[in-house]
Amino acid sequence: MSDGSMTMDAAIAPASAARRAVPVHGSRRTYSAYALVTPAAALMLIMLLGPLAGVIALSFTDYQLGAPHFSWIGLANYQDLFADKVFWTALRNTLTYVVIVVPGAVIAGLAIALLIQSGTSLRSLYRTIYFLPVMATLIAMAVVWEFMLHPQFGLVNGMLRGAGLPAFAWLQDRNTALYALCAIGIWQAVGFNMVLFLAGLVSIPKQLYEAAEIDGASSGWARFRLVTWPMLGPVTTFVVVISGIRSFQVFDTVHVLTKGGPSKSTEVLIHTMYTEGFEFFRSGYAAAITVVFLVFVLLLTLIKSRLADRGVHYT
Amino acid sequence: MAQIELSAIRKSFDGTDVLKGIDFRIEDGEFISLVGPSGCGKSTLLRVIAGLEPQNSGEVRIDGRPVDGIRPSARNLAMVFQSYALYPHLNTFDNIAVPLRMRRLSAIERLPLLGAVLPGRRAKERHIRNDVEAIAEQLDIAPLLRRKPGQLSGGQRQRVAVGRAMVREPRAFLFDEPLSNLDAKLRVHMRAELAELHRRLKATFVYVTHDQAEAMTMSSRIAVMMDGELIQAGTPAEIYNDPEDIRVAEFIGSPKINILPGRIRKDGGVDVLGTALKLSCRAAAGDCRVGVRPERIDLGAGPFSGTVVHLENLGAEAFVHLAIEGSGLRLIARLADVRHLPGMASSVTFGFAPDAVRIFDPAGKRIELKVEQPERVREPAHV
Repeated sequence: MSDGSMTMDAAIAPASAARRAVPVHGSRRTYSAYALVTPAAALMLIMLLGPLAGVIALSFTDYQLGAPHFSWIGLANYQDLFADKVFWTALRNTLTYVVIVVPGAVIAGLAIALLIQSGTSLRSLYRTIYFLPVMATLIAMAVVWEFMLHPQFGLVNGMLRGAGLPAFAWLQDRNTALYALCAIGIWQAVGFNMVLFLAGLVSIPKQLYEAAEIDGASSGWARFRLVTWPMLGPVTTFVVVISGIRSFQVFDTVHVLTKGGPSKSTEVLIHTMYTEGFEFFRSGYAAAITVVFLVFVLLLTLIKSRLADRGVHYT
Repeated sequence: MAQIELSAIRKSFDGTDVLKGIDFRIEDGEFISLVGPSGCGKSTLLRVIAGLEPQNSGEVRIDGRPVDGIRPSARNLAMVFQSYALYPHLNTFDNIAVPLRMRRLSAIERLPLLGAVLPGRRAKERHIRNDVEAIAEQLDIAPLLRRKPGQLSGGQRQRVAVGRAMVREPRAFLFDEPLSNLDAKLRVHMRAELAELHRRLKATFVYVTHDQAEAMTMSSRIAVMMDGELIQAGTPAEIYNDPEDIRVAEFIGSPKINILPGRIRKDGGVDVLGTALKLSCRAAAGDCRVGVRPERIDLGAGPFSGTVVHLENLGAEAFVHLAIEGSGLRLIARLADVRHLPGMASSVTFGFAPDAVRIFDPAGKRIELKVEQPERVREPAHV
């Protein structure tokens, strides 16, 4: 048997079979197996796991950006963090943002996808229009939103005044600023969710709708409950988790429009991290915030994989 | 339970005519098969009956009442799809219960949490449970009620789909190639089961298939469709023995009917391969096509001769492929006795009885024949 075919065997055969192999070739096989795995493992270590470990390690130090020395200070950063009122405000604001934006963006995305799917003409036009916010740079779009929400000459207040309603200083009022950002967040995420839902809708077999119709599901709502919603289950889980993670990461709109103000009413986790890390150069402290942020994202991911395991009825 | 009448049904997709004026009447309690090659419009016709596809013109009447403006859900027909179209997220029990829940529960009662606490829901659910379990018992799927479609085999899914159709006692059953996703052995088994089910329910069955064996074995009547037209309808024996069109003759029967070039003489006699057959017709002189079923070819004697080019021995029967000498034509003969097969490349003579012959004009229409003498063309066979 040639060496080439031996390597092939090693790659294909299950581990138990490899162990039973002829001893002369045994070590050789193991080496080639490791050699094949090395590039991928190295890349993963350098690109993904390394930085993560670095951040976690950094959160136990008093390192400041550019400083020549640092020392290990254990959990002191976390102690400071949990005693800091700004951190709790940021966490509360972030969670509020997530709780509003995720359902808003998911429901709106699904509704638009259903409308586009049921339409007969101009479908690709609508798809493109709703997808525009996803493609556009959010920073640039944020500037447009700043104009739209301007207290004096903004479009939104202009419309309100036209309807005889009082105007608001949306982004300057601590009672409305976070909700204005939520609205922008939903506006930005809807297009992306819509595309995912559209892909999910297309993959539902048409015959299921016909079977539902024959079985007596005559109203659109009955067919949605019987076919569309359950069949979209995996897509919905994915969309919820992605929207959740992206909402946790909210930063650009906050940074451009409010900088966390007025009086910390729009302070969010990543913005706090940015301020601490890149304005006050407290890298160790910023790393601790990042770790807290990562815990939340990890939780979401765990929930998703749990739900995905439960939804294995698609064969 | 239901009689279905179709009159002048036309349907076209993007300018292509799929149904070109179908008139047909399906009697109450009949097992009717719509059979034809793929693309002949049989599935479309079924979908028109179901209401899933609106016809461009013509009328569908069920029990004498036009149903054209009526939604599929209100026509009270059941349909079994080729892919079974089971709801993958529901287990067998819930799949079968769907038609009952849709009809017996209001929209509010079907809501997940709120519905359960409404008065009367419990009793209705109990009835539904009883009905579903009775159906499952009949179809031998009671042990599968908790499984999801993904955990069932093809045959089991098929049964669940039939159960879902049966459970609400519809006016008629529509089947859209329900056996085509099963393996050959299971298909034969399910054929018998479906025929048995029809005898038991005595309901109207409309069964679409491209498999002529399914149509021949199960149905009380067969309707053969070609190119959007219904060419012939009749009992399986009529369709097989008295095809009115050469396309019907060629489609029904396996192996295919042998078609030989023939000629009608001025005096009404018929020549085939240069030999006069002992029969006559009233058609005008000219070319014609002569069809003889493989089992009506008698090997060993007769006016024709050919070379054996291929043998198919199936154990219980055998098919002998012959190249007819001097013409390059091929034909197939069926031998019931496989113990006396001719050798490969050997030369054999063959013939056929006049009453085995069906003659078609160049357009494919059947020509009526008169057999001249009752006795056979050939001498006793010595193979």
